[in-house]
Amino acid sequence: MRVGLVCPYSLDVPGGVQNHTRDLSEALIDLGHEVSLIAPADEDDQLPGYVVPAGRAVPVPYNGSVARLAFGPLSAARVRRWLSDGRFDVLHIHEPAVPSVSLLALWAAEGPIVGTFHSAMLRSRAMLAASSILRPSMEKLSARIAVSEHARATLVQHFGGEPVIIPNGLYVDRFAATRPSPRWASPGGTLVFLGRIDEPRKGLATLLEAFPAIIRSRPGVHLYVAGRGDVSAAREMVPREGVGSVTFLGLVDDATRADLLASADLYVAPNLGGESFGIILVEAMAAGAPVLASDLPAFRRVLDGGELGTLFPTGDPAALSRAAVDLLEDDVRRGRVRKAAAVAVRRYDWSALSADIVRVYQTIRAGAGLVGEEA
Amino acid sequence: MEWLLVVVVLLLAAFGVLLSWTAGRVDRLHHRVNTARSGLEAQLMHRSGAALELAAAGLLDPARSLVLLDAAHHARAREPGDREQAESDLSAALVAALGDPEEIAELQRQPGAAELFRELGDACRKVELARRFHNDVVTSTRSLRGRPLVRWFRLAGHAELPSTVELDDSWPPVLP
Repeated sequence: MRVGLVCPYSLDVPGGVQNHTRDLSEALIDLGHEVSLIAPADEDDQLPGYVVPAGRAVPVPYNGSVARLAFGPLSAARVRRWLSDGRFDVLHIHEPAVPSVSLLALWAAEGPIVGTFHSAMLRSRAMLAASSILRPSMEKLSARIAVSEHARATLVQHFGGEPVIIPNGLYVDRFAATRPSPRWASPGGTLVFLGRIDEPRKGLATLLEAFPAIIRSRPGVHLYVAGRGDVSAAREMVPREGVGSVTFLGLVDDATRADLLASADLYVAPNLGGESFGIILVEAMAAGAPVLASDLPAFRRVLDGGELGTLFPTGDPAALSRAAVDLLEDDVRRGRVRKAAAVAVRRYDWSALSADIVRVYQTIRAGAGLVGEEA
Repeated sequence: MEWLLVVVVLLLAAFGVLLSWTAGRVDRLHHRVNTARSGLEAQLMHRSGAALELAAAGLLDPARSLVLLDAAHHARAREPGDREQAESDLSAALVAALGDPEEIAELQRQPGAAELFRELGDACRKVELARRFHNDVVTSTRSLRGRPLVRWFRLAGHAELPSTVELDDSWPPVLP
């Protein structure tokens, strides 16, 4: 099958949608399909062979944060040319409502089109106004996929209908093959936090507030914090007792991240909200890190209500430290959770998900022609 | 007074464009409903076909084979009126006959069986997907046809108001 994929965000910036479209492209190519992925990028960027650049992305405030989007006549013309040259059997647009290459492609195309919705954080007032503008375009989607229960609920609220859920994927084996590294081992236990350190919703402050109580019960414990953001500002948040026991690593590459997770005695996700799915929890589980996460609906679902990890009341440092100490003292329980999680994450492996996505393609292709430009 | 005439003509022209654009939307949605409907029909035939093949393969005991055979035949007979009921009955028969995941895993080890089960699981999932996609388009169509503009100017012409397909599409744990 010839599949055209559309990603609205710049591939050189890390992000859930970017990773998803890149991984899906590779999974589909492995299955023997022909894939072309169009995304905002410059001509001279280093890009995988299946990527078609749609022009430079510019930072624009949208939906409560600054996103790097590509729009304007140049991008629109490139999208049109890509569509007419591609002769795709299926067009698969990610975040079709985002005013970037995605919306341009949906606007221009006709035929079997799949839309995948990732975001759950659409602002309601603005979205209400937007939904009447978007409705005629949304009507062109033959199939709608949501990556999480949250994304699905948002979609139903704004556009109605019954989107199907196919979760975010990862290559489980890449994580499962990583072995614990002595580099990160600590006598009292290794705690790991991944995520933007200057984004309050990621909850680093809660973890740092809980940390002294953990050190008191478990001297020798060490916390590794990996993620983008202002390290010196974050360092000021570390309580006095914890100064020698917290290491800020900054932004780490994928290999280090897997390594770190595989070595963790506890992966802590103290997020305060705004999470739609929690792919990072699945990564931790795949790498063999027992998870301690705040009791957000998205996390509760990924952790199967607490079967595959431990939940604590969101934003409660005292509860976090109690739960962390309990877990660090209980090797048997950590081992049990680790084993159950390793089996459960298989359902998020790309091999299972890409097969399901291909079923979606086959279902909507039946009786429909090729993807073309709208007359 | 001429400017008033110009304004009126422009407004009428704009309204005409809006009407024709909306009529195009309605038309495109109807077309998509038809495509989705025939897609769903094809997946349902595919599913009953896979169920028949499994029933005839001699993998299951005669009682269960007969239950599957009967349900699949009824689903394929396309008796008018109770089509949705017959397809729901097939789902129920499949779940009843193949409800034990451990036994299914055991059966799949027999030669040729894995292929049959994979095909059946694939067909079941596709029925579920096709029905969702069909109902999605129907919902969009009905909501657009409910708009005053579409009703007052009869932009839908004589096309029948499409309805959603309601059937039980649950399926046994035959896919990994």
